[in-house]
Amino acid sequence: MRRKEFLQLSAMGFGALMMPEFLFSRNIDPLAAINDGMDAATKKQIADVALNTAKTKGASYADVRIGRYLNQFITTREKKVQNVANTESFGVGVRVIVNGCWGFAASPKVTKDEVGKIAERAVAVAKANARIKPNVVQLVPQKGYGEVSWKTPIEKNPFEVPVKEKVDLLLNVNGIALAGGVNFVNSAILAVNEQKYFASTDGSYIDQDIHRVYPFFNVTKTDKTTGKFETRRSLSSPVGMGFEYLTCGPENKVQGIVTRYKDRYDMLEDMKNAANDVTQKLSAKTVEPGKYDLVLDPSHLWLTIHESVAHPTELDRVLGYEANFAGTSFLSLEKLHSKNFQFGSKQVNIVADKLQKGSLGAVGYDDEGVATKQWDLIKEGVLVNFQAIRDQAHILGLKESQGCCYAQSWSDVQFQRMPNVSLQPGKDNKSVDDIIKDVQKGIYIIGDGSFSIDQQRYNFQFGGQTFYEIKDGKIVGMLKDVAYQANTQEFWNSCVAVAGKDDYRLGGAFNDGKGQPAQSNAVSHGASTARFNGVNVINTARKI
Amino acid sequence: MFSMCLCGEKIMALFTKDEAQALLKKALSFSKADECEVSLNGSEGGNIRYAKNAISTAGDITTLSLAVSSTFGKKTGTATINEFDDASLQKVVQRSEELAQLAPENPEHMPLLGPQEFKESITYAPSTAAMTPDSRADAVAKSLKVSEDAKLEAAGYIENSANAVAIMNSKGLFCYNRDTDVIFSVTMRNAEGTASGYAARGFNDVNKLDTLTATKIAATKANGSLGARAIEPGKYTVILEPVAATYMLENMFRGFDARSADEGRSFMSKPGGGNRLGDQLMDEKVTIYSDPFNPDLPSATWSREGFPQGRINWVEKGVVKNLAYSRYWAQQKNVQPVPFPNNYIMEGGTASLEDMIKSTERGILVSRLWYIRLVDAQTLLLTGLTRDGTFFIDNGEIKFPVKNFRFNESPVIMLNNVEELGKVERSISVESYRSYLVPPMKIRDFTFTSLSDAV
Repeated sequence: MRRKEFLQLSAMGFGALMMPEFLFSRNIDPLAAINDGMDAATKKQIADVALNTAKTKGASYADVRIGRYLNQFITTREKKVQNVANTESFGVGVRVIVNGCWGFAASPKVTKDEVGKIAERAVAVAKANARIKPNVVQLVPQKGYGEVSWKTPIEKNPFEVPVKEKVDLLLNVNGIALAGGVNFVNSAILAVNEQKYFASTDGSYIDQDIHRVYPFFNVTKTDKTTGKFETRRSLSSPVGMGFEYLTCGPENKVQGIVTRYKDRYDMLEDMKNAANDVTQKLSAKTVEPGKYDLVLDPSHLWLTIHESVAHPTELDRVLGYEANFAGTSFLSLEKLHSKNFQFGSKQVNIVADKLQKGSLGAVGYDDEGVATKQWDLIKEGVLVNFQAIRDQAHILGLKESQGCCYAQSWSDVQFQRMPNVSLQPGKDNKSVDDIIKDVQKGIYIIGDGSFSIDQQRYNFQFGGQTFYEIKDGKIVGMLKDVAYQANTQEFWNSCVAVAGKDDYRLGGAFNDGKGQPAQSNAVSHGASTARFNGVNVINTARKI
Repeated sequence: MFSMCLCGEKIMALFTKDEAQALLKKALSFSKADECEVSLNGSEGGNIRYAKNAISTAGDITTLSLAVSSTFGKKTGTATINEFDDASLQKVVQRSEELAQLAPENPEHMPLLGPQEFKESITYAPSTAAMTPDSRADAVAKSLKVSEDAKLEAAGYIENSANAVAIMNSKGLFCYNRDTDVIFSVTMRNAEGTASGYAARGFNDVNKLDTLTATKIAATKANGSLGARAIEPGKYTVILEPVAATYMLENMFRGFDARSADEGRSFMSKPGGGNRLGDQLMDEKVTIYSDPFNPDLPSATWSREGFPQGRINWVEKGVVKNLAYSRYWAQQKNVQPVPFPNNYIMEGGTASLEDMIKSTERGILVSRLWYIRLVDAQTLLLTGLTRDGTFFIDNGEIKFPVKNFRFNESPVIMLNNVEELGKVERSISVESYRSYLVPPMKIRDFTFTSLSDAV
């Protein structure tokens, strides 16, 4: 393909999912993924060559990332396996500061000779840039950690699970769908392993082994006579876990109008429920547009948090560096410094973190060698912080980076990417039933659907997977054709209740895009069920 | 300030037809599979990104790789490599054969196509292939000059590429193409963040790219957008500039597919079963076609499956004339395969944008749309927002800028409400960066559902 294009799976029915086509990835034998690859001692020797060359050539700072990126995608429809793809990408990227400017170069050849050349090239690029427009990088100090390592705490490596076992699971899932009366079903399991070695002139040598897995499906039921059709997607989440995510006990199930999942996922059960849901959707009542109180399940609310809280608190957006593509932010340094910008109601406490177990954002160290942490973004409704990396920390007056720097591969330069951004549970430990029983006229939304937000993150519109009408404190039936529109600040100020910690669950995005050329990032968002009053709901049914 | 380059082997990424033929023939000679397809992909290019009137990142990328797909029965395996000596070629062919033996059967596998005749494409411009980091920097410098003179802040992106691709298979098929592409986009904002304008361009030939004029247009839009007033959302007559119209239509073109229509899960599905081929689905002014030889939007003359591409009408005077049929689906339905095309063109009229504004009594001029997502696949209902220059038209004149709107509208409904089409222009999608030929269009009853404070 001509440039780093994104393969959209919309043709398969996975509307929102984008899968990056990794540059220089090569197809490999599924078993080859289990090989350990280059050992840490060799990586250290190679990294030292790059760091020493960079320093000799005039760099005041340098870092090296040696990365091996493994991906496995298994996709099926009905009774057919559509594709089993295993890819591997291995290479090295060197980043330097010379004369106050950044330079970067990368190569798929990970040898001492090559890495020396790459370091020289990165220095030359930095020097060329410094001549065009001097814009001195201010890097906040970072101590070296010496030789350290971190691993995603997985129980079962997805790459060690035989392809046949995964294919059998997906075909079983599809079988349940077809037996349940749906016409079409797509299902897939995606697995990612990032083996990253980072070294810097600060004296860090960091070896990390990071896993992510994402099982999901989509079912479609058609009504031939009317020509109508409905879909229902899985209620799974992409997670920073191993294949154990698919071993689900009763303690991982949240019972209610439909079973939802906490930390683990039962794909077979969810498919049975999805077949029922999609049948009900075909005959559901179309929504009457107007103002409703919304009760939003975490399987839905994560995406609203992602778009309306996590993106506008990225400091590079706030400053204007993303203006030409993703956009800027309605938030500003002035609003932060005022210490009284009421982003949401007092119920709204939102935390950024790179630590949470099982989350997509969890790593030991970020891609510029900073140990990860947790910090507040919104405290009792007030904006208290942004997301910043080493060359941005001084802008916020911080003494250290917040550790949220990431590159999608060794061949891409690292930049600020969102950490997990999560709504904290309510302190009064309400249940979902406690929340619903107070609602007179409302809609309960489960699962994420259509999403769109403006370039400064003021005005958004979200759909969902299933919608239930609430009347006088009770769920009275299913609705369809529902989407809600709101202004970010008004919406979060209309939050009147957040359920307790027992209901807290993670959702997430496997491939969040940002930058030009675009890079992909995986991130989780946690929440408990929350209530928002008086939100504008539109009816999305049309006739063509 | 980041810069990046990717330094690989000394390789010829822009290989010639003869070089490709010789290499691929040699690779095929190692095959022991029932069927084998080999493809060679090369690319050279680079980019510069800038924001707040300074360069923020720059990259230079060269790639070349060979992919081999081997098939035994209905089991296919693919392997790729970026080394091209005999031993490497033999290794990659063998590896693909091993993977094929491990693969599950694909019941939809179709036997490979035999030899086909293709005309030469006109997609390659040597001037674009010859671009360097310096010439990219010059193009950016012109844009930055405009922003400094206008006392605005520019954020922009330029990317050029030259690509070569060749496919050969064991049935005797051989396809080859070279193309070039350059894209440029720029957003101009004032320091206060109360004004914003945009321009985007895409060409095969960089000689057609004028970053100075494009940036001036973005600056004019930005200055014109200052002091936007809020007007009530609702149904309005709109004039969509090509960059806005393109982004709406791109979401529809993907749906010109027979299979999803026949399966009853697309806007092209017909109540009672089947698809809408032959139906009057849009206004008579609407004709959409593909043509690899259009000089303003040339494309490769063959499809990925190896079919020759020629001119084909998808919608003719509002009637659905063709849908794409994969070889598998065509066999199921007992019809001829129709490949997905390499470009889309919508016919226009003779009016300029100015003429279209003059003939509008009351309406909204939309410069750009943003964050378009599918709301309902049944009707292709899309939502998104206006961005970077939205203006109120009264009595044939632009009166004042208005605040941005969110819309909920289907391109199918929109193309039933066509008042007038202007002169066709080459334009790029602001999300995929693909180029299209699309006219500015005046549409009645376009549905804006809420206001946005975004600038």
